[in-house]
Amino acid sequence: MKKTRFLPFWIVMFLFVLSFGANSFAASPDQKPASEVVVKIDNFSFSPATITVPAGTTVRWTNNDDIPHSVVSDNKLFKSKALDTDEQFTYKFDQPGTYSYFCGLHPKMTAKVVVQ
Amino acid sequence: MHKNHARDAKAAPDNELLHQQDRDGIDRRGFLKCMAWAGTGAFCLIQGGVLRSYSLDGLPSFGGGHHAELSFVQLSDSHMGFDKAANPDVVGTLKAAVDKVNALPLPPAFILHTGDISHLSKPSEFDTVDQILKSARTNDVFFVPGEHDVLNDEGKQYLERYGKGTQGAGWYSFDKNGVHFVGLVNVMNLKAGGLGSFGGEQLEWLEKDVKHLSKSTPIVVFAHIPLWSVYPEWGWGTDDSAQALSYLKRFGSVTVLNGHIHQTMQKIEGNVTFHTAASTAFPQPKPGQAPSPGPMKVPADQLRSLLGVTDVTAVHGKHTLAVTDSNLT
Repeated sequence: MKKTRFLPFWIVMFLFVLSFGANSFAASPDQKPASEVVVKIDNFSFSPATITVPAGTTVRWTNNDDIPHSVVSDNKLFKSKALDTDEQFTYKFDQPGTYSYFCGLHPKMTAKVVVQ
Repeated sequence: MHKNHARDAKAAPDNELLHQQDRDGIDRRGFLKCMAWAGTGAFCLIQGGVLRSYSLDGLPSFGGGHHAELSFVQLSDSHMGFDKAANPDVVGTLKAAVDKVNALPLPPAFILHTGDISHLSKPSEFDTVDQILKSARTNDVFFVPGEHDVLNDEGKQYLERYGKGTQGAGWYSFDKNGVHFVGLVNVMNLKAGGLGSFGGEQLEWLEKDVKHLSKSTPIVVFAHIPLWSVYPEWGWGTDDSAQALSYLKRFGSVTVLNGHIHQTMQKIEGNVTFHTAASTAFPQPKPGQAPSPGPMKVPADQLRSLLGVTDVTAVHGKHTLAVTDSNLT
């Protein structure tokens, strides 16, 4: 009885290892599991003010303030709408580089994303 | 207002905050003074080259505009649509502001609204403000946009609603009873790390607009973000305001009215009196006295004392401008 109970577990483990190996072997860049990094907007500032992420990372900004803010890149590569309280904006960074951005309503709020 | 004027006779010299302003003092910029009140308000009167400011707790005797040829009201920062804890009833407080206007001894010639009419530039927010202001006893309402009025569409909707007869992003001027009024826009094309901005096109227009005026013409400039550096760390200033003010140096009397910082503040520099108005929606902290300039939550029974209306009276001929802030209590 015990043996038959354990058997499916080993099968599952075997299949898991097999599938993992197959995935890492056959994966093309656009099939990589998407990674996401969060930036909070709190007290009229982006936090963290600088993040360093690998290429392909999606950054998600969430406005926690009672006042709307926006996320605008200095070179206009990306630009969110005005984000009301709890609203979010995401942008996927595919190319390495340094991306400076600011709040279009309160331009004293500046920050950057470094993509490696 | 009535309540405040009733206290006029009791004004004690102690309540007077005296500031000397050289009438021809374009070159005398040494005497600068900055005053700020949170929760009360300022009354300001220029006579014979001396500007006197009074706290609202002890107003001097002033005719309530009866001797003036022109009086008008400034409203600001109504943030229609804001519904957070700092004030869940911005409709109610704007209506209270209009009630204050309607209680003035003389109806004002017009209302100036110095921006942030809406909170999120939603059509319904503008509609609500327009509807409430219709009940104000006055002939006209003039607007300039705040950054909250030009969200997501580069100010297109604002111009459709309020931009008739204006230039560029909505700047314009008009004359009333010998006073030249200039409405400016400093909330567009804001640059990373910067403050409010007029931009070259608007500055060029301003230079031309005032060129033909005699130096004795009283000038009133109104814009959303302050034209003086109230607190640049919080963005409370305008990057190219010095150039704008350079075109106004030759005038004997210049008054600059702003909103944006949700509190009353004054500064006198040479021939220019700077004045910021309270919000009709929610107060913001004094410069640097909070982690951020976000809405300040105060006990409900104190809120209306921090919101307000500004009543400005121009006495033509004497080049006198009096600015009175009134809270909503």
